[in-house]
Order: sequence, then structure tokens, then C-alpha cells
Amino acid sequence: MRDFWKLYRRNRSAVGGLVILSLVILMAATAHLIFPEDPFRLAGKSMQPPGEGGFLLGSDSLGRDVAAGIAHGAKTSLFIGLLATIVAVGFGTVMGGLAGYYGGRIDNLLMRTTEMFQTIPSFVFAILLVAIMKPSIESIVIAIAVVSWPAVARLVRGEFLSLKNREFVQACHTVGMGDAQIMLREILPNCLSPIIVIGSLMVATAILIESGLAFLGLGDPNIMSWGFQIGAGRTLLRSAWWVCTFPGIAILITVLAINLVGEGLNDALNPRLRERQ
Amino acid sequence: MNHTAKRLRYVLKRLLQAIPIVFAIVVVNFFLLQMAEGDAVDVLAGEAGSATPEYMAELREKFGLDKPLPVQLAVYLKNVLAFDLGYSFRHEMPVLDLVLDRFFPTLLLMTSTIVLAVGVGIVMGLLAATGLNTWRDTLISVFALLTYATPLFWVGLMFIVVFALNLGWFPTSGMENIAAFYEGWDRVWDIAHHLVLPTITLSLFYLALYTRLMRASMLEQAGMDYVTTARAKGLTERRIMFVHVLRNALLPVVTMAGVQVGALIGGSVIVESVFAWPGLGMLAFEALFSRDLNLLLGIFLLSALLVVGVNLIVDIVYSWLDPRIEVD
Repeated sequence: MRDFWKLYRRNRSAVGGLVILSLVILMAATAHLIFPEDPFRLAGKSMQPPGEGGFLLGSDSLGRDVAAGIAHGAKTSLFIGLLATIVAVGFGTVMGGLAGYYGGRIDNLLMRTTEMFQTIPSFVFAILLVAIMKPSIESIVIAIAVVSWPAVARLVRGEFLSLKNREFVQACHTVGMGDAQIMLREILPNCLSPIIVIGSLMVATAILIESGLAFLGLGDPNIMSWGFQIGAGRTLLRSAWWVCTFPGIAILITVLAINLVGEGLNDALNPRLRERQ
Repeated sequence: MNHTAKRLRYVLKRLLQAIPIVFAIVVVNFFLLQMAEGDAVDVLAGEAGSATPEYMAELREKFGLDKPLPVQLAVYLKNVLAFDLGYSFRHEMPVLDLVLDRFFPTLLLMTSTIVLAVGVGIVMGLLAATGLNTWRDTLISVFALLTYATPLFWVGLMFIVVFALNLGWFPTSGMENIAAFYEGWDRVWDIAHHLVLPTITLSLFYLALYTRLMRASMLEQAGMDYVTTARAKGLTERRIMFVHVLRNALLPVVTMAGVQVGALIGGSVIVESVFAWPGLGMLAFEALFSRDLNLLLGIFLLSALLVVGVNLIVDIVYSWLDPRIEVD
């Protein structure tokens, strides 16, 4: 662990990313303390520019506080990004692991399925899934996970494929270990680092997909999110630029921070890769 | 067997491989859309406001929506084979006509995006690789990092605020100024003027992608043995970079351009809806909210075919660029 932190610290931008990400998490965690009221609530005069009428970042056409929306939206973005990634990584790891370990028909089926997913325009597919299931947190998480898992499955399959014929795995067979035990206790721990790296980058992608869906009006109608704020503010571009601008900056900063952390993890967990580049 | 015949067989083989994928996509989409609550008749009835159950049943019978699922699917598959994508109840037009009508704007947007992203990406990747670890390289890396993290729709809106509303350089939305009745070159110029902001918006993400790819590819090639050979022959560094390394470094960029077409269609839904660009992405979005199932199926099938087709072309171009690739 200490070695890991030492390696991670060498990448200065990754440390910066971690600091920004911590601040965003802090903002999400304290949103209900700083802005205890419902972010959908009418908080004052409408269309106030930043800094006026008691609004730090202005208000929108219905008098909603943009800053409160951003703070509460942070919760939504991080929660959906994390949950969708956990589901996608979990499912992708199981599928990829089974396919890589057993090969044959399961492997063939998995490869054909992922090929199909590579052909389908994934964002359009996510739109379709959310629209069919009706917009809600669950449907958004499912849609993002459905379009994200094939990448994880391919990665894990490759790792399992290359590890399963290694000597240490053959030794496990010799001492009579079961398949499940070999997969979970021997092979899986050896491919955790690429899974962690792809997972961390996937959180960033998931947040971008979520904001895109919410922007198109496919967000959960009861939950404040950055994409929703931008979508609601787009008709006000001419008169109230701030309604769209600030939530977008929030997305940009958060996704950038997560990407930096992901790259830092990659450098720290695969030092050899770093040297090759 | 001679080389042309071999290549032809390779193309045929790739075509055959694409068929099951397209078939699977049609079937999956069909069942997904069946899962949706309510069908086109519910939408029509809801709009009319006062539809009796008898009238709705009559409509369902007319459209074949009362048949069992496998029959509906079989009918759909048969129709697809005959290039009949069904009928859009909402637009009261055959789906094929609607889709073809909106195909050109999307194709125009995607072509200009790919040209811009690949072209500028290659140049920027080249600049970054030749000036490794200088300010040029750092600047390009920072640009790539920022673009990866920016939502496309937000960039589009910010471009509208700055370049359309404040500076007034470009129009805010649409594909042409219909009220002006431009003809000939004036019309071409008008469309090109409308095309600028959507193209730049859509190409940003891919630009960053191709830049990084080109940089990595150039660096990888620069360490190859043939570069040492060229240097030993006494060629100038400039000639080695621009003639030998560049040509080999282009290969992965070409492949990537093909792989990304599916993602590009997703991006164009967002960009088209931001700029009210009248293409397939916009149509898909409209179809979604009017529950126009046949129309959605048509758009999905067409975009899947497009991706399969582009990947096929890329494979062929690739085998032609790099003779080491086995075609049989």
C-alpha cells in the first residue's frame, strides 16, 4: 500500500486529480447541509445573474438556485457513475472470466455478443433502453451498465486467457483445487489492476453518459442533475448564459479529475507500461 | 490464385461475417421495442383524444399489431430483406423515405467531422511526436485531456453563446436559411456556413483521440529497426520522419477511424439536437418521443449497416495499405 502511494505520488497531475475529486465528493456529501432546501424549489427572483439576489451562481427562469443544483447534482453524478460502473465491472468480470477460463462455446457466444455491442451505436442504445424502461435512477444505471460491460468482459477474458496456462495455475490443478477456487483466489487477484484502471476510467464515461441522457430529458425527473440543469437552461442561452455554463464546468472538472486519477492508478499499478510509453 | 481474386474472396468472406451481426441487431432491437409499454396505436389514440376500444382494435388489425410476436418479427425480417422498413404512423410516410430523407444531412455532418478530426488529429499528433516533451507536446496533451472530459452538448451550447450569439459569426441552428431561397453555389455556401459549428463540436472528442493515437503510433514506429537502417543510410531526420515513419504510423489511425463510427452516430444525436441539424440523430430523438417503433427500427438498422459497411471498407483499405496482412 505504501509502495503504491509512493508510485502514485510521482504523477503530479494524478495527485491534483485526487484533490479535485475529493473536493467534489465533499461538495456532494455536504450538499444537504449547505443547501438544505430542495434544489427544485423556487429560491428567489428568476434570471438573476451570478452574485446578485443572493445567488452565488445566479438563478434560472423558475428562480431555482444554480449553485444549489450543482451541489445536489454532484451527488447524482457520482452515485450513478459509481453504481453503473460497479454493475458493469461485476457483470463484465464474471462473463469475461468464464469465457476466458472455459473457452469453447461460452467464449464464442461472448465474443459474438461483444462484437454486436461494438457495432451498435452505444449512446443511442442507452437512450433507447432508458426510454423503454421510463427514466429513473435504476433504468439509467442499467442502461449505462449494459453499454459498458462488454469492454470489461473483453479485458478480463484476455487476462484469464493468458493466465490460465501459467505454471502457478497448473500447479493448482495438480494439487486438486476446484475451478471456482482457482478463478476466484488465483487468477482474479492477478488481473485486479487492469480491472481497477478500466473501472476508474469508466466512472468518468458513465458520468458523461448520464449527463447526456439528462440533457436530452431522459434523467430521473425527481432528482437534480447537471445534465438536467443544462437541458433546462438551453432555451435561456441568449438571456441567461450562466444557467448552462456552470453545471457544464462542474461536469468538466469532475470528469477530468477522475480521468487523472485513473491515469495515476494506471501508472502506479502497471509501472512497466509507463516506461514503455 | 492471383491477388485480385484473393482480395475479392476476402471481401466476400467479410461480407458473410457481417450478416449474423446485422441479423442479431435487428432481432434484439425488435424485442426491445416490443418491451416498451404502448404501441403506435396508443399514441395515435392518445393524440386524437377520443378513440373507442373498437376503433383501436381496428387500427391494430390494420397495422398487424394484433398478431403474435414471432409472426410480427418474421414479417419484419421479410420486409427488411425487401428493403421495406415499414410505415411510420406518426409521419404517415414509409420509414425508408423518411430515413433516406434525413440520411444526407447526417452523412454530410459525419463526413466533414471525420475529415476534420482525422486530418487535424494526424497533424497535431505529428507535431506532438516531433516536439516530444516540449511546450508543443504539453499543450497538445492538455488539450486532449480537456476534450476527453467535456460533454459534447455543453461545448455546442458554449459555441452558440460565443460564436453565434455574441460574435454573430455563425448561425445558431439548422442546416440552411430556408427563407432566403438560395440556389446553386449560394446554397452550398449557406449550408457550409451552418455546418461549421456542429462539425467542430462533434469532431473535438475524436480529434483528441486521433491526436493521442497518432502521437503514440509515431513514437512506436520511431523505435523500429527500419528507422535505424534509414539513419545508417544517411537519410535526413526530416525525410525519415515524414516519409518512412509517417506512412507506417498512419495505419492504426485508419483502423480507429472505422471503429469509432458507431460512437460518432451517438455523438451526432447530441450534436444534431443541440444545433437542430435535420439528420438521422434528430429523427431518432423525435421518433423516441412519439413512440414511432417502425421508424426507430429503421434508423437503428441503417446505423448498424453503416457501421458494418464502414468497418468492411476500413478492413479492405487496411489490407491494401499494409500488404503484410493476410487476405485469405
